[in-house]
Amino acid sequence: MGAFTQWFNERAPGLGAVYKKHMTEYYAPKNFNVMYYFGSLAMLVLVNQIVTGIFLAMFYTPTAAGAFDSVQYIMRDVNWGWLVRYMHTTGASMFFIVIYLHMFRGLMYGSFKKPRELVWLIGMLIFLVLMAEAFMGYVLPWGNMSFWGAKVIITLFSAVPWFGHTLVTWIMGTFVPGDPTLNRFFALHVVALPLVLLLLVVLHLGALHEVGSNNPDGVEIKKHKNPKGIPLDGIAFHPYYTLKDLVGVGVFLIICAVIIFFAPSVGGFFLEHDNSIPANDLVTPATIKPVWYFSPFYAILRMIPSKGLGVLALAASIVALFLVPWLDRGGVKSIRYRGLGYKIALAIFAIVFFLLGCIGADLTPGWIVSIFGPNADITTIENLFGRILVILYFAFFVFLWVYTFFGFERTRPVPERVTTHA
Amino acid sequence: MADDSINKGRRRFLTASTAVIGGAGLIITAIPFVETWLPSARAQAAGSPITVDISKIEKGQMVRYGWRKQPIFVINRTPEQLQWLPKQDPRLRDPHSNEPQQPSYCKNGHRSIKPEWMVLIGICTHLGCVPDYKKKVGPEPFDPDWKGGFYCPCHHSRYDMAARVYDGVPAPLNMVVPPYHFVDDTHIQIGVDPKGAA
Ligand code: HEM
Ligand code: FES
Repeated sequence: MGAFTQWFNERAPGLGAVYKKHMTEYYAPKNFNVMYYFGSLAMLVLVNQIVTGIFLAMFYTPTAAGAFDSVQYIMRDVNWGWLVRYMHTTGASMFFIVIYLHMFRGLMYGSFKKPRELVWLIGMLIFLVLMAEAFMGYVLPWGNMSFWGAKVIITLFSAVPWFGHTLVTWIMGTFVPGDPTLNRFFALHVVALPLVLLLLVVLHLGALHEVGSNNPDGVEIKKHKNPKGIPLDGIAFHPYYTLKDLVGVGVFLIICAVIIFFAPSVGGFFLEHDNSIPANDLVTPATIKPVWYFSPFYAILRMIPSKGLGVLALAASIVALFLVPWLDRGGVKSIRYRGLGYKIALAIFAIVFFLLGCIGADLTPGWIVSIFGPNADITTIENLFGRILVILYFAFFVFLWVYTFFGFERTRPVPERVTTHA
Repeated sequence: MADDSINKGRRRFLTASTAVIGGAGLIITAIPFVETWLPSARAQAAGSPITVDISKIEKGQMVRYGWRKQPIFVINRTPEQLQWLPKQDPRLRDPHSNEPQQPSYCKNGHRSIKPEWMVLIGICTHLGCVPDYKKKVGPEPFDPDWKGGFYCPCHHSRYDMAARVYDGVPAPLNMVVPPYHFVDDTHIQIGVDPKGAA
């Protein structure tokens, strides 16, 4: 040990232990597959958002009069401003791609089950905060879609009984979104929510490392340890997984670079056309649609012909995810050994989520016209299709409980040890 | 004289009372911070009545004004448009305007003071978008039997020519008619009730 390291450790004895516990002596199952890249990628994107965000904040003006122009200024006049902004906007969309895959991995391998319920719950809190963070960030450029998106989303809260309208005014700070709204969203987006996110990520990993990682076989590696107490199927996170994750980082960054340099708006999905028009409080954009990562939830809201119930269904669609660890009573974790019913239900759930996203992104009218001809009654067909999807979305959770609670699931035998060949 | 015994009851009382007093203090301190988010004096001051000249609005035409940063629609309805109104009643959610979405002097079949002049706040009662004025009668993608009215692009809510909401759309209520009165035959003041009306 070098003299400096010794000097340091004598004065901060905890740090070395923390490093060991979470890096060199954290034993992760040796059979991680591709789906296990997304946790570390999410951390990478979080760092990217914070760093590029800090630089954007140096040039951005948080006022209704100045915001839109300051974004144009960043794009045109600030040296490399376009790069910093595109890294931030692409990062936002990539964040959700990564997080949706990360969550889907949890559903595939039963990572939300005992003893990892808390890891899942903290993850869901992260997801909620992330949605708030993305929404507020989207409002900041004060384009017309920003403005109307803000108005629609904030007005959702008017569905709260008794004091709904007061709540809406309280959030906006005026009667229509304006300076007060933009200022507080800026403060929350750049200071408050990132701090909360960082804290939650620390808790997420703390909770995970306490119980240990799950793996694609869904077996607990802590059941078989060598005489030194190290799991037989575990390998040290550092250097083995740090290096493996580095490969994932390389591939991921190549994809991001292609987007940033060749198609930063991704056909209007990552950056929307209507947001290159300044906010106008008297004219709604011709079609209001949210950014793609909110569109499945937005479709649930839109398909229900009642404001109160629509907002309730929207909230329920997220609350249901929180409850998954308690809805799923099945003893087998990994999809590899679960009953056929679960495999089919999870596949349908993923497809339904995707199709709801297509409705929310307003892709369906085009499909309907091409299938049923130009005179088709778009609204009726879309509503029928969409409402079936909404029912299927919730049916997944009901099915999950019925299937596992009443013992309908026919599982396959789970191996004692992980099934890696290496 | 050293007494090492621990008075548990007293310890619990002190812990609990400290927590309660501290918690109360925290809540009281939070109130000013929560209330900073309410509309400031400046935000509240914005918004006095406006007077508009309606002499140039042609039959069937709609003109937009801004009042309290909200879009005000003024429409000069044609006799045909008025004639469709009662026929829409069975398709509407609140055909008789029973919900208080208009001043009492506009709770009538045409939701206005003078039948031809429709004045309304052009904000969808679903989530606050500004609906489009679609006056053309005939089949529309959103309604094969369209008789003219307002269509909200956000979540496809529909309203008739008196801004009454159709059944089976997300918007729950008819659009709001603001307080207004006729200053003379060609001027409307928005934001002030007619004399004598409450
Ligand atoms: C900022 C966002 C997030 C970050 C940075 C993050 C980070 C991580 C990391 C680094 C891991 C360990 C590596 C891995 O298993 O991939 C992990 C595991 C996990 N995360 Fe996240 N996460 C985030 C959001 C979420 C969300 C939204 C959920 C779902 C509700 C979630 C659920 C889980 C679960 C269940 C595990 C354990 C997986 C297993 O052991 O099989 N996380 N997370
Ligand atoms: S805001 Fe008009 S339909 Fe939703």
